[in-house]
Parts: sequence; structure tokens; C-alpha cells
Amino acid sequence: MVFPRQKLLAQKREAAEARLAPLTLPQGGKWITAAREDARARLAATGLPVKRDEYWKYTDPASLTAAQAPEAALYEADRDAMAFADTERLKIVFVDGVFDPAASDELALDGVEIALLSDAAQADLHWARDLYGALEADGQTPVERPLAAFNTAHAAEGVLIRATGKAARPISLVYRRRDAGADVLLHHVLKLEPGAELTVLEDGPAAARFNQVMEADIADGATLHHIRVQGRDHERRTVAHLFARLGAESVFKSFTLTANGAMVRNEAVIRLNGKGGVAHIAGTTVGDGAFHHDDTVFITHAAPGCESRQVFKKVLRHGAVGVFQGKILVEQPAQLTDGYQISQALLLDENAQFLAKPELEIYADDVKCSHGSTSGEIDPVSLFYLRARGIPEAEAKLLLVLAFLAEALDEIEDPDLAEELRGRIENWLRRHTD
Amino acid sequence: MLEIKNLHAELEEDSEVRILHGVNLHVKAGEVHAIMGPNGSGKSTLGYVLSGRDGYEVTEGSATLEGADLLEMEPEERAAAGLFLAFQYPVEIPGVGNMTFMRTAVNAQRKARGQEELSAGDFLKLVRAKAKDLKIEPEMLKRPVNVGFSGGEKKRNEILQMALLEPKMCVLDETDSGLDVDAMKLVSDGVNALRDAGRAFLVITHYQRLLNHIKPDVVHIMSEGRIIRTGGPELALEVEEQGYSHILEAV
Repeated sequence: MVFPRQKLLAQKREAAEARLAPLTLPQGGKWITAAREDARARLAATGLPVKRDEYWKYTDPASLTAAQAPEAALYEADRDAMAFADTERLKIVFVDGVFDPAASDELALDGVEIALLSDAAQADLHWARDLYGALEADGQTPVERPLAAFNTAHAAEGVLIRATGKAARPISLVYRRRDAGADVLLHHVLKLEPGAELTVLEDGPAAARFNQVMEADIADGATLHHIRVQGRDHERRTVAHLFARLGAESVFKSFTLTANGAMVRNEAVIRLNGKGGVAHIAGTTVGDGAFHHDDTVFITHAAPGCESRQVFKKVLRHGAVGVFQGKILVEQPAQLTDGYQISQALLLDENAQFLAKPELEIYADDVKCSHGSTSGEIDPVSLFYLRARGIPEAEAKLLLVLAFLAEALDEIEDPDLAEELRGRIENWLRRHTD
Repeated sequence: MLEIKNLHAELEEDSEVRILHGVNLHVKAGEVHAIMGPNGSGKSTLGYVLSGRDGYEVTEGSATLEGADLLEMEPEERAAAGLFLAFQYPVEIPGVGNMTFMRTAVNAQRKARGQEELSAGDFLKLVRAKAKDLKIEPEMLKRPVNVGFSGGEKKRNEILQMALLEPKMCVLDETDSGLDVDAMKLVSDGVNALRDAGRAFLVITHYQRLLNHIKPDVVHIMSEGRIIRTGGPELALEVEEQGYSHILEAV
């Protein structure tokens, strides 16, 4: 007799085998080949996700796992400028996943070492060797994340950043597209030494299909800010994994703005390993029509006195679908944990859909954890109040939508960046009225 | 100014629930009219129907402001035409700054009337001066609309909006509810400061005491969706002394 579980596993392994068979590992030295082979073996063991997976219940992984990436039309580039244009930053530009040295700044910055994965793979960069694929591998339990293992095995490019002090400027990763069918893997590794401070910005549609992994090792007392803008091209597909490990008294704040996209799955896997660490993961999503957006977050409190916040807000219309799977796991030593999680959707019509699975699992006895999830429409009483003061309906709705998103946008610490993202959302909302 | 003729309205959801049964009312520029009546008499509904709130169906009659048909207009058009409803329960709107809200409202109305919009600086000067008169702390302007405001602060915030928007026809819906004596005085002073020959007021209230501060020219008693008696300020005193049941019986 075949048990359903075994049958599912066999199906997943077959899918992985079929996907991996025609692929060879990228060129590289000994250490990276070892890491890639390890990831490939792990993937062969877990298999690729299928629709029947509990963790993929609300999001069909088929278009993310298929051998061929579905094409995605290129958006007219002049309609919406890239983000962060007014921010003093060090730019690292990728076009269809290929590093573009002419468009990039020199990879040198006070307080930071920067290397391309393709270069480092040939050399022995010891800190990267110890980290590449390590947080991803740790993040495979208790829930497997096969598409991240696939990335570790097959990504040929990415950026390796080691911050030893306070970075003089933010590092800005810019993802441009030229090819309607590009299937791109990028794998970034960030290492913040004790007390270091760094801001990483990401912007752009990247590819027709983009599989990204970012591993961030944040040592004691270090601070990492991460702001990501995933936008524009409507037909593009993205699966992004963010793995972070936080030391004592360290801070990690990550914010993602997603507009458009046929399929986006953003996973964040955070482990608070040292006393007094702070992790805030937030996001704002605006979707209209053929749009599926999934935030899947797993935060583990492994040390006492840490704080975590998850703040996710989605505005959906015309059949757009939003998904939130968020978990706070408080391990037994993590006394005095302060955990907060909120996921909310504003559905602008009856066709939009929000699916949420908030979870708490707590083994410590002295903790403060709260979670909430709501979906609803624009409050008619508030709308009438604004209109009764002479504000036209469309403008009043815009004010209320922005008000709904405010709690998430407030998570961005830099006021200029917060204002820029708010402006981008406002422009998007003005384009997407009835 | 405001002319209401034989106005009938029922709940949109349930046409069995008829709320207004033929209201007739004529308010001239410069006048203050009070509408008094027991709970459920349709006083607040009249305010909502005039300002265009969803959920009511007008089945008969008319309401015009300076000759313009109010019932044909969207709520924002009624506001731009000069109608203002001070809410009984001002709405809390987290995430929208009070200042942003008021500037958006003032400029939307100016735009609708073909006037130039006020710059942020000019608006700030204006709002600071008006807020000071109403003893509204600058800090209240920075907070989200009505969020965390006390009952009195909410009502003062309504009067501040009225002062900024300078409407022609002001409908005050139970503005005295939830106010202590000092707050009532402050709110009334704010209203009285706006009284002039070109502006009219309709003051909806249960109690006579507000009318000690805002002196009406005409007092109406409303019951079961109709105005059943009209008189001078003495009518309000009669209500205060003898209660509504006495007056209702007499009709």
C-alpha cells in the first residue's frame, strides 16, 4: 500500500529530477561547487513544491518550477522611473541577471567589501565560503524551501557584501530587463560584522522569472536596513527568499513594496539568535487584475528579550489575490519575547481575494505575542465624512487607501525613502482607478 | 437659503421603514433655526438626507439650496455648493492627518468653485488663526483625524472645519451631545462667531440648553418624520419645562 505522504514525496522528487536533469552546475572553484552540490542533493531529497504541498496551498508553484519560464512583456520603461534616483548610493546593476559594469558604480565603499559571486566563486573568499548556502540550508527546517535550494545550486551570479563598519552610502541593487523571456537566478550574501551598519536597496522587475536568495548574517550590535521595490512589469514572476540570522542587540528592518506581477512569492526566514535582537519585516502590496502575491514569513525567537514585528498590508482589486502565511515560533529559551504580527487586506471590489494563515507557536512562558488579520472594504462612514467636506469620491478613496497602508509604510525608518515609496504608491493608485 | 418641501424618505434597505413623512422647512439667509424632538423623530436623518449619505431613498418632495437641487448632487457637490453638516459622531480616520484632511477639503471646494487652491503656507496661517479661537492645540492638528480626541475636541474640530470651509448653510447635528458646560460655551462661541447675514444655521438638538448659547430665530418641533409645531425661542423653553409628550399630545 502506498501512503499519500509517500506518494506526494515521490511526485515532488520526480519533479525535481526532471527539472535538474538537463542542468549542469555553474563553473566555480572547489568551495562553491561543494556548496552547490550539497544544495542540489538537498533538493533531490525534498523534491520541488507542488500544488498539494501544505505550504503551497494558496499559491500554485507550477509557473515557478516549470522548466521553461513563461514570457513576460516588457513594460514601457519611461512610464515609471526606477526608484531611489534621489538617494546617494552605490549602484550595482544587473540586466537580465547579468552584471552590467558600465551602468554600475565602482564596487568600492568605505566600511564595506563587495565582490561578485562569479568572481568570488573562482577565489577563496573565506567569509563567503562559510556563509554561502549556510543560512539557506538552516532555513530548510522545520519547513522546506526547495526553490531556495535550487537557487543555491544553480545561481551563477549575485553580490557578496561584508560590512565591517558603517557603510558610507546605501548599496543599491538595480535589476533591469531587456529580454522578454529571461529566467534569472541571483544569490546575494550579506555579512555584517559586530557593530556594522548597512542599508541595501533593491529595485526593478529583474526578469520574466526571477528566483532570488538573499542570506544576511547580522552579528552582535550590527544594523541592516533593507528596502525592496518589486514593480512594474505585469507578467513577471518572482520567488524571493530572505534568510537572516541576528546576533545580540542587532537590528534588521526589511520593507518590500510590490506593485504588479503575475506571481510573486516573497519568503522571509528570520532567526533571532542573540539576546535583545530586533527584526521588523514589513510590506505593502498593490495589485490590480491578474496578480498573485504571497508573503510567507517565519520568525524564530531563539534567544530572550528579542522583538519581532510583521506588518503586511495589501490593496487588491479586479481579481487580484493576496496571500499571507506568517509564523512566530518562540523557542523555550526565548523568554520576554515581544512578537507582533498584523496582516490586512483592503479589497476594492468583490472579486479580489485575501487568504491568510497567521500562526503562533510558543514554548516559553513569559512572552508577549499578538497577531491579527483582517480583510475588508473601504469604510463607507469614513468615505461619507470626507465627501461631506467636499473631497471628491476618488480623492477620498485615495486618502483612505493611503491611510490603510500607513502602518506598514511607517516601518520604513528613513523619512525620505518612506516619502518616495508613498509617492510611488499614490501614483500607482491614481493610474488604477475605475 | 434652504427650502425643503414635502420631503419623504425611507431606508434604502427596507422601504417599510419610512423616516421622513413630508418635511416642510424654509430657512432664510442670516437666520438660525432649531429643530427639536424626541429620539427617533427623524431629526438626524434630515441632516443625513440633506448632505447625501447613502442608505436613504427620497420618495417625494424637494430640497434646494439657493435654488439648486441638493438631492441631485453628490455629497461633495453639496459641500461645494455651501452645505455643511457638523456630525453628531465625528468619524475617526487613522492614517489621515487632520491638517492634510482639512487642506484637501478646503482646496477641493475652492477648486470646485473655480478658485485658486491655497498653498501649504497660506493654509497653515489660516488654520492656526482659526484653531486658536477655538482653543485647539496645534498638536491636535498633527494627529490623525479625530483619533484619540475627547468628545469636546471632536466637536471643536467640527466647528474648526466649518470655520475653514465657510459654508452658507450649516447643519449642526446634536453638536451639544457629550459636551460639558465649558466645552459647550467654546463650541457655541465658535458658531456665533460665524453668524452673519449671508449664512444660515439649522441646529438639531434634544435639549434647550444649547439654545441658551446659540439663540435661534425659529424653533421647530419634529415628531414621526414631520415638523408638527413651529414657533419662536419660547417654544424651546416650553419643551424644557413640560417635555415633549405634552407638546405631542396637544397637536
